[in-house]
Amino acid sequence: MAAIDVVRLEDVWVRYNGTPALEGINLKVAEHDFLGIIGPNGGGKSTLLKVILGLITPERGMVTVLGNPPDKSRSRIGYVPQYSNYDHNFPVSVIEVVTMGRYGKAGLLKPYGRIDKEAAEKALGRVGMLDHAGAQIGQLSGGQQQRAFIARALVSGPELLLLDEPTASVDSAMQTDFYELLEHLKEEMAIIMVSHDIGAVSVFVDKIACLNVQLYYHGSREITPEILEATYKCPVQLIAHGDVPHRVLREH
Amino acid sequence: MFDAFQFEFMRNALVAGLLASVACGIVGVYVVVKKIVSMSGSIAHASFGGIGLGYLLKFNPVLGAMLFALLSALTMGLVARRTKLPEDTAIGILWALGMALGVIFIGLSAGYAPDLMSYLFGNILTVPASDIYLMAALDVIIVALVIAFYKEFLLLSFDEEFGTVVGMPVDGLYLLLLCMVALTVVVLIRVVGMILVIAMLTFPAALARQFTHDIRKMMLLAVVFGMLFTFGGLWISYALNLASGATIILLSGLILLLSYGIAGLRNRLARGNAG
Repeated sequence: MAAIDVVRLEDVWVRYNGTPALEGINLKVAEHDFLGIIGPNGGGKSTLLKVILGLITPERGMVTVLGNPPDKSRSRIGYVPQYSNYDHNFPVSVIEVVTMGRYGKAGLLKPYGRIDKEAAEKALGRVGMLDHAGAQIGQLSGGQQQRAFIARALVSGPELLLLDEPTASVDSAMQTDFYELLEHLKEEMAIIMVSHDIGAVSVFVDKIACLNVQLYYHGSREITPEILEATYKCPVQLIAHGDVPHRVLREH
Repeated sequence: MFDAFQFEFMRNALVAGLLASVACGIVGVYVVVKKIVSMSGSIAHASFGGIGLGYLLKFNPVLGAMLFALLSALTMGLVARRTKLPEDTAIGILWALGMALGVIFIGLSAGYAPDLMSYLFGNILTVPASDIYLMAALDVIIVALVIAFYKEFLLLSFDEEFGTVVGMPVDGLYLLLLCMVALTVVVLIRVVGMILVIAMLTFPAALARQFTHDIRKMMLLAVVFGMLFTFGGLWISYALNLASGATIILLSGLILLLSYGIAGLRNRLARGNAG
């Protein structure tokens, strides 16, 4: 029997107040896939992640995650939201943030126990942040915060990891480290990462899809000018491609 | 000064101040970090409708305030979550409607309304024993809820979307939090008055935030600050013959502004040294 797809979307449509956000999306993600989704701002990238998480119910189409409706599979998904989504002065420590990822295991009204604390420490260790466990979350650099939020997503042992614009807050010096971490993680789980940073995504991911309301799925990580033009609705120049990691620039 | 404490009303005042500080310190921390200050202000002002109803139907206005505060908290929470009405529009509507109802109810009640001013602006010296028992009971409920739902309220305040993702009932918890704010309003009404409640919900917690990044320590500190403000303000109001509720608020506001000023000055000095 074939393995169950980690994510499967069939003809998914989402509209906000009549404006289409996603049109006829078909997508399949298998185990250990590392899929990068690129596209312009407002192209529906975050919406797509929220559909996979079951936070948005599409008006048409079918969504299954790990063989179940998305809200049934949520406890098996690790989610790293966009950097800007929280109050950076919030009085909470790194270890407390990571422990929040154990909520689904602990459940309502039960305090976090020793297992949860150990899991949180282990997850922090994996992302190389154990030394910062006691720090207030906002005191960390952008890249360190990103690692803490990845640890929060990992702490429940997910089978699918969703990353929303993860490189936005990471300085370029730390980006290579960041992708190396993802290289290790993809051995244990499928990863979907959305980003508008075409260059970085195309170097590291295994498969690429371009999203601008419609999905231009490419399968491999080679992007053609035609796909980029269709996605960005403006001329895009490919500087280099082939076996060497390629870089893509947008023409203005 | 100490002669004053011989009087039963002074002892009641101290107990009332203590009970008010516990509620406003703990719930105020959530109000400040979850940024629901205006929403709490609206709940407080809407409770005036209940005070008026108490006068009209001749029952304890504090119970009326509790009814209206809880109703407005639930209405506001549901409107914010289930409708497309902007949150601050709902805040404005309930704020004004509650107050208007109160004015109409009081106008309809026969005769004039005794100690109405003490509900509006507080009078810690006239808190009756029956209200002290109610305040104590509400404090117990608030503390029990915060202990039971500590990890839920932390996640709710920090990152609600992630709470939904990990399967937490965020809407229900949000309503519960607003109801706790409503109960705190009731605890504070006798001490600083419904118009000034918002200050006691904000100032001690905002000051505590200057000193710690741990939400539990922040709650403890806010309770302590609440007590210092209440008793300091009470003492000044006694010495200078001023209104107690307003003196408590002015004292805490001055200290909060002073602390912000010192923090700003320190930052500037630190930057000056570094550069």
